[in-house]
Amino acid sequence: MRTRLICFFGLLCLASTYMLAAGGSLQVPARVEAGNPFSISTVGSGKAVLYIVGPQQVLRREIRLGDNVSFGSGDLHNAGVYVVVLAGSGVNETEQLEVVAERQPAKLSFLANPSRAPVDQRDGISGVAYVFDTFHNLILQPTAVEFRISEASGGTETRNESTHDGVAWVRMNSAPKSGAAQFAATAGSVTEKRVIEQVPGDPCHLRMSAQSSGQNIILQTDPVRDCSGNAVPDGTVVTFTETYNGKQSTVDVPLKRDVAKTELPAHEGAVISVATGVVMGNEIRLGGK
Amino acid sequence: MTARLLAIVIIAATVALVAIGTIWPVKSAQAMAAYSPRFLRPSSSPEAAAQNLIEQIGRHDLHGAYDSLANKNEFTEPEFVRDIRGTYFSLRSYPTLDSFDLRPLHATADEAQIRAIMHWETVVGTFDDVRDLRVIKAAGKWQVAWPLVKEPRVPPQVIPVNYLRWDVIYRGPEDDWGAQDVESPHVRIVDMHPIDRGGGVVLLGELLNEDVVPAYVTVKASLLAANGSSLATEDAFDKISHILLPKQVTPFRIDFRGIRLSQVDSVRIQPASSLIAASADPVIEIQDQSLTPLPDPSLKGELINQSGQVVNIAHVLGTLYDNKGQLVWVSDSYLNRAVLPETPVPFTILIPADLSAKVSNFRVVTSTYSTSRFQ
Repeated sequence: MRTRLICFFGLLCLASTYMLAAGGSLQVPARVEAGNPFSISTVGSGKAVLYIVGPQQVLRREIRLGDNVSFGSGDLHNAGVYVVVLAGSGVNETEQLEVVAERQPAKLSFLANPSRAPVDQRDGISGVAYVFDTFHNLILQPTAVEFRISEASGGTETRNESTHDGVAWVRMNSAPKSGAAQFAATAGSVTEKRVIEQVPGDPCHLRMSAQSSGQNIILQTDPVRDCSGNAVPDGTVVTFTETYNGKQSTVDVPLKRDVAKTELPAHEGAVISVATGVVMGNEIRLGGK
Repeated sequence: MTARLLAIVIIAATVALVAIGTIWPVKSAQAMAAYSPRFLRPSSSPEAAAQNLIEQIGRHDLHGAYDSLANKNEFTEPEFVRDIRGTYFSLRSYPTLDSFDLRPLHATADEAQIRAIMHWETVVGTFDDVRDLRVIKAAGKWQVAWPLVKEPRVPPQVIPVNYLRWDVIYRGPEDDWGAQDVESPHVRIVDMHPIDRGGGVVLLGELLNEDVVPAYVTVKASLLAANGSSLATEDAFDKISHILLPKQVTPFRIDFRGIRLSQVDSVRIQPASSLIAASADPVIEIQDQSLTPLPDPSLKGELINQSGQVVNIAHVLGTLYDNKGQLVWVSDSYLNRAVLPETPVPFTILIPADLSAKVSNFRVVTSTYSTSRFQ
């Protein structure tokens, strides 16, 4: 009976030792924020090596079992699931450690499209913001992002969105007035800005006038504007065509200070027309009406 | 014994080939060979004198050509060189004489008129230089009096130019992937018309830059069979004006050889555009455009450079329409001389004879190259 008791307690001690060695000697926090300090505690005695293996990073520490192993701020900075391995004489244990992004946004990747948008277009501008922490980890927890378009004229339009899996997006209207608009996305204290050029539409009511100048005729358009009254950008090509006696003269003139101006030889009875792109303007008949 | 026989055969064959090559040289070898005066024929006839002169010009021996002229006291050698090669850089600067024709117009015992048509090859095709040569007999020898064409000179002056110029700053490699880049210009095909022609399919069309920035454009097209397979893919190459300012329209022509229109079920057309730094200058006026009817149908006119910048190479594209406004043909030509400010330079765009009767309207555009930049 005594022998049996000794055997039983002996087996119990062995089982306890095994249990300690198998799972109880390594205590790892379930989750830490990227870049924050943390510690891993161990039990037992003797020397061992602690490995932390994760995305793009491996840490190796030689430790004494029973000590607390501390890791400083910035030691683990890539978010993801790490494997913690404790290996040594009589010890071989693994645990998982999840490193998550910091909650505080530190960086925004902001995609604004298009870089040039026609004026007065509903949902014509789109913005997508990716929110990252200090260590470029995508913050997966919902984070508030404010999108704001500020017109050159002073008007603003704001939309608040929350991120889903680190991404927030929005569609906004372009302004009726042309000009450069600031498109900004803000998360926490971080703001990223983009410039959206809101450009006029096709010219409307293209009209020219003619003035005689010796052998030539000076042709000049009225200020060229789109149908909303925005000035068509300088450099836009206006084509003047003069038709006379079965012949034709043309000249492509870029707008300068809102008008296109050129000189063509004056031919009696010639018909002069003006066009830009696919938009036609008025016609003038020389020596007639 | 066999080796010796083989050596003798190789030597004999080499000598025979060298002799054949010397006596009947191929044209390209003639052009590449260094000029040697002993290869010139004696100028015993007006044709021989004219032929010798043109061959010297073709070999770029302009010093020798000038020396052989009958009227070299009328102009200097540099003026002669400028007449042949142009004062400013142009297609005349580095051409190769492909061939020439001599057409006697009139002849007496001491004088003859010969029309010389020189067919020059350049990187963008060929151009013809036509000169009516007066050939004079002096001291028993025929010599050519060169009809010098003096390039007009622009008087020294300052021409203020304040047209718009666009520069582009693209995102750099150090920028974050989310950083905004400048967007490609929006272009649109406003007309497209496939025709069956010359044993192939020709795709004619027009492309509009509907954006507010200049665009570098190309057009690629694929002909698709009924089962969706691609029969051929081609692009417009130089039958297009590649740089379009805002709201500018260019014609384009894409040639597919060896395919019948009946084989084609649909056409997949891909216009592509990218931002490019460009200038609104120079402005080119195209004046006195007119159609010349058969037997030599063509579209003629003059380019006038309204700016102060010398245009070294000008490309002229003509879009031809029928009386319903439908595209009939797109043709082009290059000017072989530089276009100087305010100096008219004539151009001719050839029209296929069988299409000339259909043409009732046209539109001409130019694209220009000025030494360091396209426009």
